[in-house]
Amino acid sequence: MTKILVVAEHAGGKLNPATAKCVACASAISGAEIDVVVLAADASAVADQAAKLQGVKKVLKVENAANAEPLAAVLAPQIAAAAANYTHVFGPSTTFGKDLMPRVAALLGVGQLSDIMAADSAYTFRRPIYAGNAIITVEAAKDKKVVATVRVASFQAVGEGGSAAVEAAAVNAEIPTHTRFVTRSAAATGRPDLQTAARVVSGGRAVGSADNFKIIYGLADKLGAGVGASRAAVDAGYAPNDLQVGQTGKIIAPELYVAVGISGAIQHLTGIKDARTIVAINKDAEAPIFEVADVGLVGDLFTVIPELEKALG
Amino acid sequence: MSKILVGLKRVVDYNVRVRVKPDGTGVVTEGVKMSINPFDEIALEEALRIKEKGGATEVIVASIGPADTQQQLRTGLAMGADRAILVQSDAPVEPLAAAKAFLKLIEKEGPQIVLLGKQGIDDDNNQTGQMLAALWNRPQATFASKVELDSGRAKVTREVDAGLETIEVDLPAVITTDLRLNEPRYVKLPDIMKAKKKPLDTLPIAELGIDAGSQFKTLKYEAPAGRSKGVMVKDVGELVAVLKQKGLI
Ligand SMILES: Cc1cc2nc3c(=O)[nH]c(=O)nc-3n(C[C@H](O)[C@H](O)[C@H](O)COP(=O)(O)OP(=O)(O)OC[C@H]3O[C@@H](n4cnc5c(N)ncnc54)[C@H](O)[C@@H]3O)c2cc1C
Ligand SMILES: Nc1ncnc2c1ncn2[C@@H]1O[C@H](COP(=O)(O)O)[C@@H](O)[C@H]1O
Repeated sequence: MTKILVVAEHAGGKLNPATAKCVACASAISGAEIDVVVLAADASAVADQAAKLQGVKKVLKVENAANAEPLAAVLAPQIAAAAANYTHVFGPSTTFGKDLMPRVAALLGVGQLSDIMAADSAYTFRRPIYAGNAIITVEAAKDKKVVATVRVASFQAVGEGGSAAVEAAAVNAEIPTHTRFVTRSAAATGRPDLQTAARVVSGGRAVGSADNFKIIYGLADKLGAGVGASRAAVDAGYAPNDLQVGQTGKIIAPELYVAVGISGAIQHLTGIKDARTIVAINKDAEAPIFEVADVGLVGDLFTVIPELEKALG
Repeated sequence: MSKILVGLKRVVDYNVRVRVKPDGTGVVTEGVKMSINPFDEIALEEALRIKEKGGATEVIVASIGPADTQQQLRTGLAMGADRAILVQSDAPVEPLAAAKAFLKLIEKEGPQIVLLGKQGIDDDNNQTGQMLAALWNRPQATFASKVELDSGRAKVTREVDAGLETIEVDLPAVITTDLRLNEPRYVKLPDIMKAKKKPLDTLPIAELGIDAGSQFKTLKYEAPAGRSKGVMVKDVGELVAVLKQKGLI
């Protein structure tokens, strides 16, 4: 019997949409029983949201004052304890899940699969390697627990309307004190979240300065889009790190992706290959981004973007 | 004596466009340039800076890989590491086995800090540091973009989806690097000559007494579904027309 425990990601009392995508991945395994575990200081609000996800049987609440912030060293032993009766443990391939799940796996004495993009069966999965230049089909040993992160851009969130039972779970785990949360700085932008936005406008090195980046924000606002950036733009300080799209940044799958002044390095492309429509604006007709763009326009961004904004009205 | 242990993985150079073999049994690695994993160069750079500021007395680079990995370890020595250890394994090891091997080296060397990359750009696993920290029962500070040391503790700023997060960990600890932690130095020719004299110990993985077996079997390699080249438009007017036609605006 396949029993999958999905680790909920949440912040500020809100369930992160990545969780519903992990449930979608778990639901692809036929006959799987899916539970969600919520670790928090006060888990009730998040547990209620998780209970509504289609396909979830039970939501486990693990409440502890130490769980106020998602520290992997603190959460992992509790998840490992809660995972005793499960065959699979899934988390999202967000920075939360990437930090946490390998620690959970090692505590369980097993390996981990990263970024699963398809579950062909309970023990056969597909995942990208080499920045997405190859897709491998991997078979996991059946006598071991499968711990995995789910590539969230590959799955459509399950819908709501479920009504899973919520129960408090008592886990017996030693919680370390060697790791302490200090602070988190999140730029509240008021723009759609990059990872879930239907439209994203990204700027590259060509934008030239942090001040110039307002051109990108302006176009994004016109389109109701989230904002992204290439690594070069982030390294140069034009945009904050959480906007980086690519192999080592965020992997996204918007309906519309507009790449402005981005050359299209393989590490960048790996972050956008699931975008429905890619629009590229670049002054170099030979830029590799045009090889993958659905619509390409050769031109100087400093003239094209103002024109485009005007045309959008 | 306070030591820093740095992991250097040998990977296909990041400039190489990796291709799947036509028969689906792997990716083409013959004749392809191999390098130190970029995140590991950053890890080594950070270790060297800590040592230069008096925060450590020795920097040891270690790798698990085939005999040819000596090249990358020599490069690490040329960058400034004091000595190198090659755990020789001709078969690739999964992150859990790599973590077990690193734990053995830790037990022998007793480092205060273990610096690894956040991910190998070959398998894109992003696991080894976290697994090592778990097996060692010590803190982990992953995806570091800033490391500040202060009497037995490290304050680490981490690149997370929401922005930047700062945590404090007691040492010893595992730290994994993100791209913006530093910019690695270039190796100079005289350093390459000097590196030839630095110690590089090799030990077969079988001698570590760990279970380096694998849990996952790769059945098939496939090229990703390609995106076909789309249309080129000549001006903003055409661009808007195409977007409208696609129902995107
Ligand atoms: C280990 C590793 C991981 C990496 N991870 C990532 C990642 O996650 N994400 C990522 O993005 N990169 C990543 N990179 C970096 C990547 O290799 C590229 O260096 C980077 O994506 C380049 O950014 P860019 O396209 O903005 O800059 P450039 O490559 O410099 O391109 C700028 C483009 O702007 C065009 N241009 C210039 N002026 C104008 C103008 N006025 N109007 C219009 N177009 C103009 C130019 O023709 C050019 O094509 C990684 C690299 C490594 C080694
Ligand atoms: N075989 C190896 N040899 C040396 N270092 C390794 C090895 N495998 C993993 N590492 C270290 O662990 C980091 C993360 O690797 P991975 O978990 O494989 O993505 C790398 O950046 C290295 O620092």
